[in-house]
Amino acid sequence: MAIDMLGSPVKRTEDPRFITGKGRYLDDIKLQNMAHMAILRSPYAHANIRSIDTSAAARMPGVIRVITGADIPYNPLPMAWPAGGSSGIQNNVNTPRALATDSVKWTGEGVAAVIAETPEQAVDALDAIVVDWAPLPAVVDAEKATQPGAPQLHENAPNNVVFVWNVGDKAGTDAAIDAAEVVVRQRIVNQRLIPNPMEVRGDIGWYNPGTEEYTVWMSSQTPHIQRLLLTAFVTGIPEHKVRCISPDVGGAFGTKIFCYADMALVMFASKAIGGRPVKWVESRRESYGSTIHGRDHITYLEIAGARDGQVTGLRVKTYANLGGRLSTIGPGIPTTLYGRVLAGPYKFPNVSCEVTGVYTNTTFVDAYRGAGRPEATYVVERAMDLFAAEIGMDPAEVRRRNFLAPDQFPYDNPSGLGTAVNGEKIFIDSGNYEPAMDKALATVGYADMAAKKAEAKARGKLLGVGLSTYIEVCGVAPSKWIGAVGEGWGAAMWESANIKVHLTGKIIATVGTQPQGQGHETTYAQVIAHELGVPMEDVIVQHSDTQGTPFGYGSYGSRTSSVGMTAAVKAAAKVREKARRYAAHMLEANVEDIEVDGASYRVKGSPDKVKTIQEIAFAIDLGFSLPPDMEPYLDETAYHDTTNCTWPFGTHVAVVEIDEESGKVDLVRYVAVDDVGKKINPMIVDGQLHGGIAQGVGQALWEGAIYGDDGQLQSGSLLDYALPRASWLPNLELDETVTPSPVNPLGVKGVGEAGAIASTAAVANAVVDALRPLGIRHLDMPYTAQTVWRAIQGSKGGQA
Amino acid sequence: MSEHITFVVNGIPRELDVEPRRLLVQALREDLDLTGTHVGCDTSQCGACTVHVDGMAVKSCTMLAVQAEGSEVRTIEGLADGDTLHPLQAAFWEKHGLQCGFCTPGMIMTAADLLARNADPSDDEIRHAIDGNICRCTGYQNIVAAVREAARVIRSGGATVAAQG
Amino acid sequence: MIPAAFDYQRSATLDDALKAIADGGGTVKLLAGGQSLLPLLKLRLGSADRLVDIGRLGELKGVRRLPDGRLAIGAMTTYSELAASSARHYGVVADALPTIGDVQVRNRGTVGGAVAHADPASDLAACFLALDAEIVARSVRGERTIPVDGFFTGPFSTALATDELITEVRLPGPRDDAGSAYASLEQPASGYAMVGAAVVVFVAGDGSIEGANVALTGVGPHPYRARAVEAALAGSDRSAASLAAAAAHATDGIDVVGDIHAGREYRTAMAAVYTRRAIEAALARLG
Repeated sequence: MAIDMLGSPVKRTEDPRFITGKGRYLDDIKLQNMAHMAILRSPYAHANIRSIDTSAAARMPGVIRVITGADIPYNPLPMAWPAGGSSGIQNNVNTPRALATDSVKWTGEGVAAVIAETPEQAVDALDAIVVDWAPLPAVVDAEKATQPGAPQLHENAPNNVVFVWNVGDKAGTDAAIDAAEVVVRQRIVNQRLIPNPMEVRGDIGWYNPGTEEYTVWMSSQTPHIQRLLLTAFVTGIPEHKVRCISPDVGGAFGTKIFCYADMALVMFASKAIGGRPVKWVESRRESYGSTIHGRDHITYLEIAGARDGQVTGLRVKTYANLGGRLSTIGPGIPTTLYGRVLAGPYKFPNVSCEVTGVYTNTTFVDAYRGAGRPEATYVVERAMDLFAAEIGMDPAEVRRRNFLAPDQFPYDNPSGLGTAVNGEKIFIDSGNYEPAMDKALATVGYADMAAKKAEAKARGKLLGVGLSTYIEVCGVAPSKWIGAVGEGWGAAMWESANIKVHLTGKIIATVGTQPQGQGHETTYAQVIAHELGVPMEDVIVQHSDTQGTPFGYGSYGSRTSSVGMTAAVKAAAKVREKARRYAAHMLEANVEDIEVDGASYRVKGSPDKVKTIQEIAFAIDLGFSLPPDMEPYLDETAYHDTTNCTWPFGTHVAVVEIDEESGKVDLVRYVAVDDVGKKINPMIVDGQLHGGIAQGVGQALWEGAIYGDDGQLQSGSLLDYALPRASWLPNLELDETVTPSPVNPLGVKGVGEAGAIASTAAVANAVVDALRPLGIRHLDMPYTAQTVWRAIQGSKGGQA
Repeated sequence: MSEHITFVVNGIPRELDVEPRRLLVQALREDLDLTGTHVGCDTSQCGACTVHVDGMAVKSCTMLAVQAEGSEVRTIEGLADGDTLHPLQAAFWEKHGLQCGFCTPGMIMTAADLLARNADPSDDEIRHAIDGNICRCTGYQNIVAAVREAARVIRSGGATVAAQG
Repeated sequence: MIPAAFDYQRSATLDDALKAIADGGGTVKLLAGGQSLLPLLKLRLGSADRLVDIGRLGELKGVRRLPDGRLAIGAMTTYSELAASSARHYGVVADALPTIGDVQVRNRGTVGGAVAHADPASDLAACFLALDAEIVARSVRGERTIPVDGFFTGPFSTALATDELITEVRLPGPRDDAGSAYASLEQPASGYAMVGAAVVVFVAGDGSIEGANVALTGVGPHPYRARAVEAALAGSDRSAASLAAAAAHATDGIDVVGDIHAGREYRTAMAAVYTRRAIEAALARLG
């Protein structure tokens, strides 16, 4: 019998190609007769386009065609997730076109494209395009953009407001705050981030004039969705005439979920030049204007409670910067994925939240790792620490007094955070928060922190310790809920898997999800091998091509294991059932008498009467002898629609030391205790946590997009936008508790985002803890040396 | 105007006619189809393009192809000994030192440069040595573990660092 | 990512290179290791009609001891080669080298290239200023020696004539009474020094400070000698208060630069902090 690998830290099956340089990423693909495209991008944050003269560029060496927006008959890109869904809230929608036509709304918006024989020739010709610009005043700050007199971006969005969305019990929360013994108020900024997967995005479009079909290679997390959006909403080309392929994807973190202008552009360009393939790959600097950014919230929070540590209310008002036009699900991130989880793991009796989505002259903003949940966690975890400081109680103790108890699940927040239109609800299904926190505190030596602070102080260092007791919602989402409330893609969110057991017993599984480094080829194989009792190496997992895989919604929101792999479990169950029926046929027994033990199907009580799944597959696939009601081939497809989201949780603790003279912050310890349910491959789970934590730490300490008032991105390259380096990070100390998710047979919850959701707040709380003796109660991220130094200087001047 | 260059790539003599502005990484990827070496940025920050030139790790995006005239270049494709993985490749696999794999070739080439100079690096030395290589997936933790493991294997006589060959 | 087109000429000899830049006027650029020039060309922030590659000139490579004890560093010596040479015995150089770029950059970047490029945040420039180095420049007109103090004239500009190239950087011989160190605060993204302080202190037999050379980089329009700090250190005792008081003069008379990473006020304050730390470290090296 095959060794069961489910739950084992088995080495990844995709790695041999990556460690030998044989991965196949978008830019590695070369097609015969392929042309290359470069895009001219706006140097202005806000301008009208009076005219574009492409004649000189068209005469440049190697140039095949120059395209402007006026040439392209396509619709603007779709916006698929309005704030409030079907509740009727006004969303003032403006989305990008393949190329801008009349005006540009941020530096980097595309206005013309050159198709040439070589990438060099395409880039060279960009300089010869003459655009007559009429520059306009710009605004980059979401709060300022809503104020009277601010530059206006879109006629249909007065005061640059995309939407105003409310959730929770406003009256109840107002009353709770009015009546509270203690109220703490704070303005906090969750700064804009540039996600920076190491592989930038790119596309290759190929129009086949013979079949009139298009193939689009794209570095995407969602090839099926892109085919749907590009055909049904943008190009008008019939869906069955387009094939989307996502090759190996070099990291994504949300950025590659979306429908981008360049995808439509390469389709148009290929047809425009007679059907030669057209490749476009963004440069890193270009990507800062052509690929989405993340976060960018300005929030006013008010937390109310009593001096005994009980919290009684949380009121939040947030300005969410969505950029110059809307990305595919931009409005959904700061609403559903933010406001609905604002209460964290705490029993807040009263919560209310108002979110204003805002246009500014900046790159569009959409889901970046965690997507709304890191912002929510940051708000509530900072709020808990502010409250604890105000009442003079230990932050861990305040959390302990307010955690939901293990017997309170399924939990429906009394303020109705989980309640959407039509009364449809999301419940928190499970949780046991205190053991995770206790474990983390014990590991980090929380009780000894006072001594450690004194020791550090003697070395000129301010030591701080910070907690983040997070929960997240992932595994999105029940289609029924999405259909009822319209919060989500505007489409269902089930997943699919097909399993074929071929004549030789080898298994090919095709799935609708799409990996970007998570090791799906390994973990799906672990699950299917377990379900069918076969060796892992006999299972191959195919994905990422709309031709040959069943429709799926792709990989994001930590949903592949809980939704996608449950589809695989179901498909395997169907395979098993058909094999069992056929085993009965082969062994001349009743189906009820066939026992399945791994790959063996045997007659109860007759151990000699046994057939393996390989023997069964061979016979079914040949079809020489089938029962009358059975079709040939051991080939089953299943779709899984989850009944609920999943709710990972845990406690992260950061310890920082601040050089009092320079303000430089060092992260000296990091302890994380996460409960992500059962683990299919614990090695991969740990890797996801490591990476997520590093990204969240990056936000706290180094990362931040900086725009000038003129709308120019001043952190416009990796020379000015800092990504975490190896020597800046400590060894991350991971531990776990395991509370299996009740909503899927694997008991898994999802782990892709947990690290990023939890870690930013932990580090932020640690930095503020270190600075608290100076009278500082809050500081906005990132905690660069200068930012911290300024705070320290300010505190010396008597300001906090 | 193009320049003629002759160099040795992964042990194989090669001749190319390239524009002077052609970067070494483009010559490797576009002209020689060695697409294992990646481009992750345009400011010489990320190290995804790291290869060895005459035994030293360099960023092939910050070197002209013409500057490699007469040099020995080694890329990730030339690191394994036939079907036998280099200890670093084996250790990255064993220790889950990669996720999306995009930074991995450059990371491994930089690590090979380190191990050629320092057979038993501390974690801190490993972290500083790979500061010119950005990984966005792993938080570096398992990369450090992988380099440490490869160093151990090499020291124990499991293999030599072929990168310097 | 793709530079604008240029011509390329690999110099076989130093004389070839000198002739090429003498003939070329201002449109010719010298290519050494390329670690500063190529990024500028790739971003199209700089351009050249022709690059003259001097990176292979063996006569410009290597570190040698001159008969008078001075150390001569060939201009095409890479940072990595410098780190492995006897130059590593200068504490200030040993401190600075690991902070420059990363391993890959140090394997290609050259000492002469760095000095000629004259980045206002160059670490090595500060070290050479503190060491009272000399720059040897050659042109078809002949050779001259330029004291490093005064060599840097502004951001990316030097005392070199357009037809000159650097052949060598000469460091004074080691002294038993001297200790040196470099301390810097880096801009995280680029790795360039927001503040870098290079210090050489000379100590009298009684342990008091006889004098000091102090240079800063990343702070002003170009790396500079902080004469006011040096004056305050001369004859000073080694108390923490005295060192801090001296270091407080780090930006006297300097038009301190500011950017999104470090404003003028912060740079000014850090110049004093890191100067003091470098002085302390230099003294600590003397025991």
